[in-house]
Amino acid sequence: MRAISPRSIRGEFRGRLGGFALDASFCVPATGITGLFGPSGCGKSTVLRCLAGLQHLPGSLCEVDGDVWQDDATFLKPHQRPIGYVFQEASLFQHLTVKANLLYGAPRGDAGAAAGAIGFDEVIELLGLVRLLDRAPRNLSGGERQRVAIGRALLSQPKLLLMDEPLSALDRLTKDEILPFLERLHARLSLPVIYVSHDMTEIERLADHLILMRAGGVIGVGPLSEVQSNPALPLATARDAAVNVDAVAESYDPGYGLLTLRIDGGRLLVPSPPMQPGERRRIRIGAGDVSLARAAPQATSILNALSARIVTTSPVGPNEMLVVLALGADGNGARLLARVTRRSWDQLQLAEGLDLFAQVKGVALAPERGLAGELTK
Amino acid sequence: MTNLPPDIWQPVWLTVELAVITTVILLIVGTPIAWWLSRSKAAWKEGVAAVVAMPLVLPPTVLGFYLLVLMGPDGPGGALASLWGGRTLAFTFGGLVFGSVIYSMPFVVQPIRNAFDAIGDRPLEVAATLRASPLKAFWTVAVPLARPGFLAGAVLGFAHTVGEFGIVLMIGGNIPGRTKVLSVAIYDYVETSQWREANILAGGMAAFAFVVILTMMMLEKRTARIRQ
Repeated sequence: MRAISPRSIRGEFRGRLGGFALDASFCVPATGITGLFGPSGCGKSTVLRCLAGLQHLPGSLCEVDGDVWQDDATFLKPHQRPIGYVFQEASLFQHLTVKANLLYGAPRGDAGAAAGAIGFDEVIELLGLVRLLDRAPRNLSGGERQRVAIGRALLSQPKLLLMDEPLSALDRLTKDEILPFLERLHARLSLPVIYVSHDMTEIERLADHLILMRAGGVIGVGPLSEVQSNPALPLATARDAAVNVDAVAESYDPGYGLLTLRIDGGRLLVPSPPMQPGERRRIRIGAGDVSLARAAPQATSILNALSARIVTTSPVGPNEMLVVLALGADGNGARLLARVTRRSWDQLQLAEGLDLFAQVKGVALAPERGLAGELTK
Repeated sequence: MTNLPPDIWQPVWLTVELAVITTVILLIVGTPIAWWLSRSKAAWKEGVAAVVAMPLVLPPTVLGFYLLVLMGPDGPGGALASLWGGRTLAFTFGGLVFGSVIYSMPFVVQPIRNAFDAIGDRPLEVAATLRASPLKAFWTVAVPLARPGFLAGAVLGFAHTVGEFGIVLMIGGNIPGRTKVLSVAIYDYVETSQWREANILAGGMAAFAFVVILTMMMLEKRTARIRQ
């Protein structure tokens, strides 16, 4: 008998759909945002539809937070699953006002007022819908529609929110308008989310965990930075490889406009507008922005040199090496990626297990992430 | 100016009664058929669609003939009629309703099916992910979104029932107060050279058709405006 693990989302979906074969297995925590990432046509949306019960692949398995939604004996229909689903196109009900759309799936009576329920006022405030309530869907902009669709899904009081490329139908500006809303959701609500996207910048801003898909299969699962820094997976070897690290503001030097951020295994100095100590931000460090030094660098313009240990390495192309680093003197901190030439690798006599210094030339600080941000790790 | 014959309005009321009852039955019966035709993946569903659509192309006399056989004393209609002591369904108001339902069916089912088709799967999937059972999704999403189809189906079904002549004559005959409907009455008046009476009924029908269609169009326009 297989043990059903609470606080996790397990999916094993296999089957054929037309000419497409899906064989995707994963188990991720039922907390925070899990990105489901891969190129177009790799089966991400099909996995999401299977989780929702919109697609029935016999012989598959789906368990969410201790409840069996599908196994050999069970198949819950979509309306029997406590999910919220946000489609790529907002798909609002055209015959209902915004308010009626929002309340369509909301439980009536006592169930709606239950403790821990997501409140109507909270949702319209969070998503900025106050002025839109009496409008008809056809008179909304694309971004407004998608915000209503997200609110509608939330108000059905789901235990799992499924989002199928909710921003991909929107233009750049509208995306930037919605992303902060999603980040606020993430910070304010404890709802687990599976977020499908083929846009890595969305994943980097939102996801805590990542399921990496390719050609109908899952090739990597784990915490975001772990999947990003796994040299066996395509994210780490990509030209624009980077790792996202969650950081906490420690102090601010107004004279130089420099912020000190604490990350797991070190501290970083970052030029930034002032931030309150304790504020949490996600930073992005590109593999091309990290260089390596055997000795503590002196007389350099680079602000950040962190002690680190080489965890593993793999050649990329004919002349470069990808180096996976663990920060901290004991090599137990956050993972970083560095890309160096093979010539440097040989001249510095670098090797796995070696302790050295990682010089970080640039750190991208994600925009503000909600108010009562919590580290979801 | 001679007075109008006292029974000139009788066929009018009979026709309205027939058309109203037929339209109501067709909406009740036709909606699930239209839904099934729109959603089913069964290979033989187009066969069913073709059967439903057959009255569109069959000469009314052919359809009327078979309905007569079906409803006559030796057919299932006769057996049914014997339950309440009748001998046949033919030449009764009930038979007329039955016949009208059959021959007006495609005019109701087709627009409703088209409207269901036009909705697509997405709104119903959305409803399902919002905890709506298939029945709730049907009533709160599919039916309201298909409303123009229902409106068109009801108008067409009603109008076509009012206007049918051949089948009515075949299965209903010409019994005043029971099966003598408007189209037959007009024919009778023309046959007996009562042109003035024929003119009143025919003109009234033309005016009625115009008013109904105009009202429906304006209603639809108004609801479209309200929804905006």
